[in-house]
Amino acid sequence: MSTNNEYYIPHKATWPIVGTGGLMIMLAGFANYLNGSSIGSGMMMLGLSIFIVMLGGWFTLQATESEAGMYNKGVGISYRMGMMWFIFSEIMFFAVFFGTLWYTRNLSVPWLADEITGSTLWPNFEDVWPTNGPGNRGGDYEPMGAFGLPLLNTLLLLSSGVTCTWAHHGLLEKNRDQLIKGLAATVGLGFLFVACQALEYHEAYVDMGLTLGSGIYGSTFFMLTGFHGLHVCIGAIILSVVLFRSWKGHFTPENHFAFEAAAWYWHFVDVVWLGLFIFVYLM
Amino acid sequence: MKKTKLQLVYLTLMMLGLKSVEASDYTLNLMKGVTKTSNDIYDLHMLTLWVCVFIGVAVFGTMFYSIYHHRKSKGHKAEQFHENTTVEIIWTIIPTIILIAMAIPATKLMIEMDDVSESEMSIKVTGWQWKWEYEYLDNGVHFFSSLDEKSNQARKLGSDIDPRTVDHYLLNVDKPLVIPTNTKIRFLFTAADVLHSWWVPDLGWKTDTIPGFINEAWTLVEKAGTYRGQCAELCGKDHGFMPIVVIAMDKPDYELWVKEQKALAQAQLAAADREWTHEELMTKGKSIYTSSCASCHMDDGSGMTGTFPAIAGSSMVTGDIGNEINIVMNGQGMMPAFGSMLSAADFAAVITYTRNSFGNAVGDLVQPSKIKSLQAELVSANDDDDDDD
Amino acid sequence: MSAVASEHEHTDDHHDHGPAKGWMRWIVTTNHKDIGSMYLIFALIMFFVGGTMALIIRAELFEPGMQFVEPQFFNSMTTMHALVMVFGAVMPAFVGFANWMIPMMIGAPDMALPRMNNMSFWMLVAGILMLASTLFMEGGAPASGWTLYPPLVLQTGDALPFAVFSVHLLGISSIMGAINIIATILNMRAPKMSLMQMPLFVWTWLITGFLLIAIMPVFAGAVTMLLTDRFFETSFFDAAGGGDPVLYQHIFWFFGHPEVYVMILPTFGIASTIIPVFARKPLFGYSSMVYATASIAFLSFIVWAHHMFTVGMPISGELFFMYATMIIAVPTGVKIFNWTATMWKGAMTFEAPMLFSIAFVVLFTLGGFTGLMMSIAPVDFQYHDTYFIVAHFHYTLVPASVFILMAGGYFWIPKWTGKMYDERLARLHFWLSAISVNILFFPQHFLGLAGMPRRIPDYATQFSDWNMVSSIGAFIFGFSQLMFVYIVIKTIKGKDCADATDEVWEDAAKHGLEWTLPSPVPYHTFATPPEKIPTEHF
Ligand code: HEA
Ligand code: HEA
Ligand code: HEC
Ligand code: CUA
Ligand SMILES: [Cu+2]
Repeated sequence: MSTNNEYYIPHKATWPIVGTGGLMIMLAGFANYLNGSSIGSGMMMLGLSIFIVMLGGWFTLQATESEAGMYNKGVGISYRMGMMWFIFSEIMFFAVFFGTLWYTRNLSVPWLADEITGSTLWPNFEDVWPTNGPGNRGGDYEPMGAFGLPLLNTLLLLSSGVTCTWAHHGLLEKNRDQLIKGLAATVGLGFLFVACQALEYHEAYVDMGLTLGSGIYGSTFFMLTGFHGLHVCIGAIILSVVLFRSWKGHFTPENHFAFEAAAWYWHFVDVVWLGLFIFVYLM
Repeated sequence: MKKTKLQLVYLTLMMLGLKSVEASDYTLNLMKGVTKTSNDIYDLHMLTLWVCVFIGVAVFGTMFYSIYHHRKSKGHKAEQFHENTTVEIIWTIIPTIILIAMAIPATKLMIEMDDVSESEMSIKVTGWQWKWEYEYLDNGVHFFSSLDEKSNQARKLGSDIDPRTVDHYLLNVDKPLVIPTNTKIRFLFTAADVLHSWWVPDLGWKTDTIPGFINEAWTLVEKAGTYRGQCAELCGKDHGFMPIVVIAMDKPDYELWVKEQKALAQAQLAAADREWTHEELMTKGKSIYTSSCASCHMDDGSGMTGTFPAIAGSSMVTGDIGNEINIVMNGQGMMPAFGSMLSAADFAAVITYTRNSFGNAVGDLVQPSKIKSLQAELVSANDDDDDDD
Repeated sequence: MSAVASEHEHTDDHHDHGPAKGWMRWIVTTNHKDIGSMYLIFALIMFFVGGTMALIIRAELFEPGMQFVEPQFFNSMTTMHALVMVFGAVMPAFVGFANWMIPMMIGAPDMALPRMNNMSFWMLVAGILMLASTLFMEGGAPASGWTLYPPLVLQTGDALPFAVFSVHLLGISSIMGAINIIATILNMRAPKMSLMQMPLFVWTWLITGFLLIAIMPVFAGAVTMLLTDRFFETSFFDAAGGGDPVLYQHIFWFFGHPEVYVMILPTFGIASTIIPVFARKPLFGYSSMVYATASIAFLSFIVWAHHMFTVGMPISGELFFMYATMIIAVPTGVKIFNWTATMWKGAMTFEAPMLFSIAFVVLFTLGGFTGLMMSIAPVDFQYHDTYFIVAHFHYTLVPASVFILMAGGYFWIPKWTGKMYDERLARLHFWLSAISVNILFFPQHFLGLAGMPRRIPDYATQFSDWNMVSSIGAFIFGFSQLMFVYIVIKTIKGKDCADATDEVWEDAAKHGLEWTLPSPVPYHTFATPPEKIPTEHF
């Protein structure tokens, strides 16, 4: 029996091993697929399905336990710490790609064009950005401007941050209507963002000749925006779950870790986008 | 293995201190080398070594004193102190001072090593899997250098050749790099495929060769002699088998050598113009194959499943000769482009050889003169490419 | 799903809940002691797997000439040996100790996030399985060294994507483990225990956890770029597209250098726990130990390029990284001096844990000294990629990390099992290990200085003698470790072993909360936080 001042220790967890198995099958499948094996994509889908079932099951379990009042304040703090450190790890992951962008723009591309390397190996290469490198990788392309879709996307994401906070206020002030509306708007804006990004990619590939293969510019551009887009998707899905739970009447002003976690994640995704907008599109 | 047993006895003696290591070119310590840089490095190495020995003796001495005297079995009673700000400050500051003292000469030396200015000649070094390419930028001498044939035979799994019978086992090449003494030489390093690292301990530094980038380094050798080194960056399966040999010659000898090289290049060009017989091509082809191709495609042309395709029975080799020439000339993926690496005669020979060995029996041949004109096309095409960029 | 239902039932009777029955217990367990045991056993197995690979390396290097394996396979062995030892043996072993000991040391009922704890362990197993599977693939296991440098690594056969994903899985495992440990330490501590009252093992793990969360995503990012360079046409590490192979090295070592401290900081923590007990004195300079650990961790982020002195960095880079690296000697020195001062005027006894700890202090210092020598950039131009470096890092890893793992094992196993291990055999194990490890690695200094490069399957004949010595040492050392397995199994079975008292070591309860518990420790401990905190270390 869990009383309110005792730390809740679950026993026997089956979801972790299911999730591990799913993830492993999925990755092994992906690897096989990359190696050109025919079983690859099937394995990948199987693993992914197991993984999704695991997520559903595990989250349902957590939600039920939480609503049953089994988590005391201490448990809540552990979850919050967990989420914060998880976001920190994500920040480091993005830092790698921002670092790559910085390094290539400011160091390796100039070196490739300097009076030692450049004049010996790449006599006609100039130090400009964007570039697809001295080997003209991927052929001619047009760089992505900042003021079309990207600017729109910035506005979308920024306003979704506002609606998310507005929903939080609703939750704290026991205004469920505001909570649900705010969340719905956030999720909607999030998916709109993804749609715009898809449009942008389409344009890049079809009209501008800009692809992952367009040298270092294409590589950094798609890797950064791509991983960010993936995170927007994940964030929007998490928010959808939170929306669904709010609609079912979950969460109280005191106990709403899931909401907070989703909101933090969303703000993190937001901030990464600002970085992207400045360093990838504007500069 | 009798040899091994003897060796074991010898080792036991050595470990007991009864016998010292004899091999004349072997030391337990860093070698002093033959350049000012390598000597400065040696001095700095000895300085840090002695600093470490000194600190080690102090720390371990204290510790062992305490282990001996402050043991319970001797009835020592434990004291209960556990802090002393003064000593803690002291043992933070003293190491800091020592470190600063070491950093000063290190900084000076580093700056000196970095300065390639005022060099009198330049050599471009390109690392390949698994050989070195040398280009004298001032006089146009240009050649490849790879593991010598004897070592190459002996180093094969199951070769049954005792490496101890091979002269300079694994440290000998077919064609050494020759440099003049008392000349500041600038090296430009790059690589064709993967990372390598050019290292001759006697010269006192190593520098990584990076595909697509140039790294610089310099040397000035005062003493004529032969200096040996090895590739020092993992570069695939034969990383252990791409040695470097540098021969430093006094200036006049060096000039002679350059003349010889130029004559050799002329002779090679001329050789391409005459008609070659099938036999001639096959004999030459065999040696070229062993030195240039066998490291990947294996001596018997069987290749390595998964990485290097077999030559024996390859439809590419037994099919249209133009296709084979094309892939060997221009490379593909991990297969290097040999167009500019082999002379026209060598190239024609190796093509002929692959088509008529390992059970392949196409029966045709290609004349060096044909290859020569193809190579000429290649060069002009490359020039065009550069203009496009 | 039945899983959900059963979870529910159990929450009701969770007070009198012991371990579940049958083998499923181990798969679904959330108990920190169970998971700790699984980590430790897994790590020990991996130590032997990685060690067997090392013995293959040493067998081939016994004599000049190729005797047993093809060069490509040799390179795979070097690569897999390192990856298995680092990610399969040493890191998991420390996580195992963290799982077992941290809740007991800080008076917590369990880890903060028990379900995730289970998942971290199984992700580790999944990652290592995926890595091991590459041994059987077309083109062989990765053979580019554990550093996985491009462009060479891109020549790997089918194994490449598996290697990349195994790094992802191992990364997820480490990050989850680290998050759990940090949350446990910060949130589950007995209310009476302040941060500056925590045992040093807990402190070092708090800092290590931070390092792990900061660096594992970086490694994951780096290998992800390898994957896209190979399969998706990106040009991160390809000059023709504007990228740079050296960029990978910067990213790798930004991960890699803190990574080696991940393997040494918990070592420091265990040493700081053991030495005072057998010196019968409080640890000297507790707070400076904490600050030194933190400084080492901070510095570890700004020294990475000392692995890259020869790649052609601008001179300002060479100098900066040289200075930053040299400074690490200062906080590390503080630790060595503090341990020495802890022994000074104590009343020492020399049971196996203490013997291993003393050997650690001495031999780690040796490894540190060679590290310092290599930090001098111009001189490293001679040392780099030679056996001198192999000697350096094995001194910091084997007679340091691995010895302390042994020490910790002997130190705590009586508490875990309630049985005393065989002290006589353990001392024999120590002496065999301590002597043979030096026969194994000391000659490698000579080899490196004389000019033998690392990662070569065959060598020039003047290197024969010391390679032979080293190989002989390797086999003695390797087989001596079977003694450890024997001693541990004997203790767990417990038939011929004396019962451990609750105190185990003289006055140990003065040194840590774990010694206030009975031996063997019950399945659940500290359901209520302890009232009295041992303050011996002040
Ligand atoms: C646990 C692992 C561990 C630890 C603790 C260390 C500790 C240190 N390492 Fe090591 N290192 C590795 C594991 C480790 N290393 C590995 C695995 C590699 C190779 C990777 C690869 O290429 O595969 C490597 C490689 C490596 C290199 C690259 C060499 C090369 O490739 O060219 C360098 C260069 O600077 C270096 C330096 C140092 C330094 C300065 C320390 C310092 O932390 C040491 C500090 C300690 C002391 C100095 C001793 C005690 C101090 C005193 C008694 C105080 C007084 C002393 C003085 C003032 C001198 N290490
Ligand atoms: C924590 C890390 C760790 C540990 C513990 C070790 C332990 C050992 N290492 Fe390792 N090593 C590395 C990390 C480690 N190493 C790294 C990072 C590299 C660099 C790789 C690279 O260049 O990329 C390396 C490289 C490396 C090399 C250089 C290879 C090369 O450059 O080509 C060598 C050569 O001697 C070596 C030897 C050994 C030996 C003999 C041990 C011994 O301590 C092992 C002891 C042996 C055992 C414990 C085995 C016992 C087995 C039996 C008794 C058989 C019985 C079998 C069963 C019961 C199944 N190692
Ligand atoms: C560094 C390793 C390496 C060396 C040295 C090398 N090759 Fe290759 N070779 C390859 C690889 C890898 C391929 C496969 C290329 C591909 O299809 O992508 C190949 C393909 C070939 C093919 C086509 C075979 C087929 O069935 O498709 C021929 C012919 C060939 N090489 C001949 C040679 C000759 C002749 C030499 C020496 C002059 C040589 N190679 C040296 C690695 C090498
Ligand atoms: Cu070339 Cu190693
Ligand atoms: Cu390092």
